[in-house]
Amino acid sequence: MGMDLMTLRSTRRSVLMGMAACAAAGTAQAQRGWEPMRPVQFIVPAGTGGGADQMARVIQGIISKHGLMKQPMVVVNKAGGAGAEGFLEAKGARGNPHMLVITLSNLFTTPLATGVPFNWKDLTPVTMMALDEFALWVKADSPWRSVPEFIAAAKEQKLKLGGTGSKQEDQIIASAISRATGAPLTYIPFRGGGEVAVQLVGGHVDATVNNPIEAVTHWRSGALRPLCVFDGKRLPDTGKMTETMAWSDIPTCREQGLDVDYLMLRGIFMPAGVKPEQVAFYEGLMARVRETPEWKELMQQGAFNTTTLTGEAFRDWLTREEDRHRSIMQETGLLAPQ
Amino acid sequence: MEELGLLMQGFSVALQPGNMLLMLVGVVLGVLIGVLPGLGGANGIAILLPLTFAMPPVSAVIMLSCIYWGALFGGAITSILFNIPGEPWSVATTFDGYPMAQQGRAGEALTAAFTSSFIGAFVAVVLITFVAPVIAGFALRFGPPEFFAVMFLSFACFVGMSRGSPLKTIAAMMLGFLLAAVGMDTVTGQLRMTFGSEEMIRGFDFLVAVIGLFGISEILCSIEDGLRFKGQRAKIDLKVVLRTWAEMPRHAFLAARSALIGCWMGITPAGATPASFMSYGVARRMAKDPNEFGRGRIEGVIAPETAAHAAGTSALLPMLTLGVPGSPTAAVLLGGLIMWGLQPGPMLFVEQKDFVWGLIASMYLGNIAGLLVVLVAVPWFAAILRVPFPIIAALILTVCAIGAYTVSNAEFDIVLMLVFGIVGYVMKKLDYPLAPLVLALVLGDRTEEAFRQSLLLSEGNLGIFFHNWLSGGIMALGVTLLLWPALTWLRGVLAGSFGRARAA
Repeated sequence: MGMDLMTLRSTRRSVLMGMAACAAAGTAQAQRGWEPMRPVQFIVPAGTGGGADQMARVIQGIISKHGLMKQPMVVVNKAGGAGAEGFLEAKGARGNPHMLVITLSNLFTTPLATGVPFNWKDLTPVTMMALDEFALWVKADSPWRSVPEFIAAAKEQKLKLGGTGSKQEDQIIASAISRATGAPLTYIPFRGGGEVAVQLVGGHVDATVNNPIEAVTHWRSGALRPLCVFDGKRLPDTGKMTETMAWSDIPTCREQGLDVDYLMLRGIFMPAGVKPEQVAFYEGLMARVRETPEWKELMQQGAFNTTTLTGEAFRDWLTREEDRHRSIMQETGLLAPQ
Repeated sequence: MEELGLLMQGFSVALQPGNMLLMLVGVVLGVLIGVLPGLGGANGIAILLPLTFAMPPVSAVIMLSCIYWGALFGGAITSILFNIPGEPWSVATTFDGYPMAQQGRAGEALTAAFTSSFIGAFVAVVLITFVAPVIAGFALRFGPPEFFAVMFLSFACFVGMSRGSPLKTIAAMMLGFLLAAVGMDTVTGQLRMTFGSEEMIRGFDFLVAVIGLFGISEILCSIEDGLRFKGQRAKIDLKVVLRTWAEMPRHAFLAARSALIGCWMGITPAGATPASFMSYGVARRMAKDPNEFGRGRIEGVIAPETAAHAAGTSALLPMLTLGVPGSPTAAVLLGGLIMWGLQPGPMLFVEQKDFVWGLIASMYLGNIAGLLVVLVAVPWFAAILRVPFPIIAALILTVCAIGAYTVSNAEFDIVLMLVFGIVGYVMKKLDYPLAPLVLALVLGDRTEEAFRQSLLLSEGNLGIFFHNWLSGGIMALGVTLLLWPALTWLRGVLAGSFGRARAA
């Protein structure tokens, strides 16, 4: 194991050399365009240690390690009010090209659930970095081996589903399951994904919809079992995670007769009113980040959906997703009272 | 004894010169971070995390965890010298540490704080070394009802702590609960009591309140007293360390009990702050002369510091074995693990033995390094008190303002800090105790959350808090402690009337 790591590291170093050369060429090209003149503030509308925070700090680390930007990047957590604090700050920084925001689904859910005066159109979309997957998890020693068995049990006795936060992605999925199948689920909100996974391992809740990265270690240790993934197609990674299963062996929920899919946005935004060449700079920067081995490693570990979008296509995607969130939240009564 | 072999292997990793150097750097940085209120261990580690991406994971975690140890040590310094807790878990240290400093015993208080921190951490590390898997299993038993029971016990230990009127204690505690409720309600996902203000969305951060309530109000009081800083002129040299150490064995039992409370709270995972409060409350309850607490008793420093450090250390255990952080700092370290390409959780101990045991070995060494660094600096820290007060007051104010701003990079928090300073001053003048307010503010949120999660699980049935021996037992203990003052009073009345009846 140790040897493998060593060799891996030295190959990585040679890759880095190449990267550095590319980066130098890249900066020469960028010199004709716009470049940051001050340190760039990278706002995380979530607490330290969570998925968005991790991703922001990986990006920051990659940029500084590979020298992709002359100015430093500073990560700032603005978690208040389910991220409303961070979004409102970015909304107020109109025209500031030295500010980036990383978003999760709370880009849609927080304003819809709380009525805070904010909409994603108050920001400039830069790029979609990836989409985070969700899976339905139960305890390995539970009697439910497939989605139909789980749904049948949920109809008989009200099962408890634990998730992160309230009126956010996890609860939206829970409500969508209930709506699609008619099986009632009691949703119990907790603070973070890791905590939710452990509550399931300890048997305090019956199921969760954790992201892969939050539950993978408990799956591999034999404590949890995934029933299905909430994506249109199976996960691509075929490496064995347990004795018998790889990510790609988990069926999609639709295959199992549960017509629910949900992916969470990991995107980068800027304040409104910035110039096109400034947006272009960060688009290029993030594209270079995605080329690094560290980023690819993170994507593989977390079994992310590596779809990326920019420009008009990204805008269209955002418009569709906002409508979808509004209609699901309206139907399930999660919308803020007007 | 497979563990011993693995530990030795871990030491061989941690003792490499490069790693030793990182350890020292980490500890010194950590102490500085701990001294500055607001810039907590969690923030400090988060800022430095990207620097470690180029290092091997073991070296990175050694440096970052040493920052954490340093911050745990450093939090006590400003609490004792200026009544300003550098970290949430050193609030309880101010209760007796600051009076000791005022009596010219700052060196003694600092030595006691550092030494007992070290003892607490040491007990916790030994625990991690030998019984990690067993304890990890125990932590799994804690669902929302059990968690609420632990929080309830922390509050119960604390009731009757302050000497003043019980009604004033309750009033202060309720104010704390009220302030804790402002902001996002995690159970319903709604904003509460923000009155449409964007600044209020954050809620009241505990550290901003504490910096104001303790630090600023203390300066206001000193100004009223004519800018004198009371009775601090004492001879300070390194001998004070030896003198205090000679006294320490007398408190061995207290330290052992506090360390146990700390380990338990760290693993649960409730964290270092409730551990320190609970340990202080229990120490006071068990003392022969509880009224002497709060006036400069060395036990009042030993108890919270031992527990806080034991909890802070053992909080890393659920992080490593379950992937659940026991403290905010552990949460940031957890993010680090993932970035270094390690997957926290049950498989870590199996697949990454070098990393895990290198980290555990560094816990031993890092704490020894930390203790040496801070002890050598005791005379210097204590000498700060010789600086004329008008100068030091200006410095404290500046540091407080920077601290309050750093918590969430918001100017509004500086205003809040000043408001809390005035509130604290008025409360002191009217004899309202500050401690219950602080306790409710720091634990109120989590307690409420656990209570409501439990009721969601049971569909409104309060019986869930007694649904198994674990939460039922803790609740029963809490209720007993809560009613203890009433019971002793009742016994007194009964004995009195019985005595009178016999006499008649």
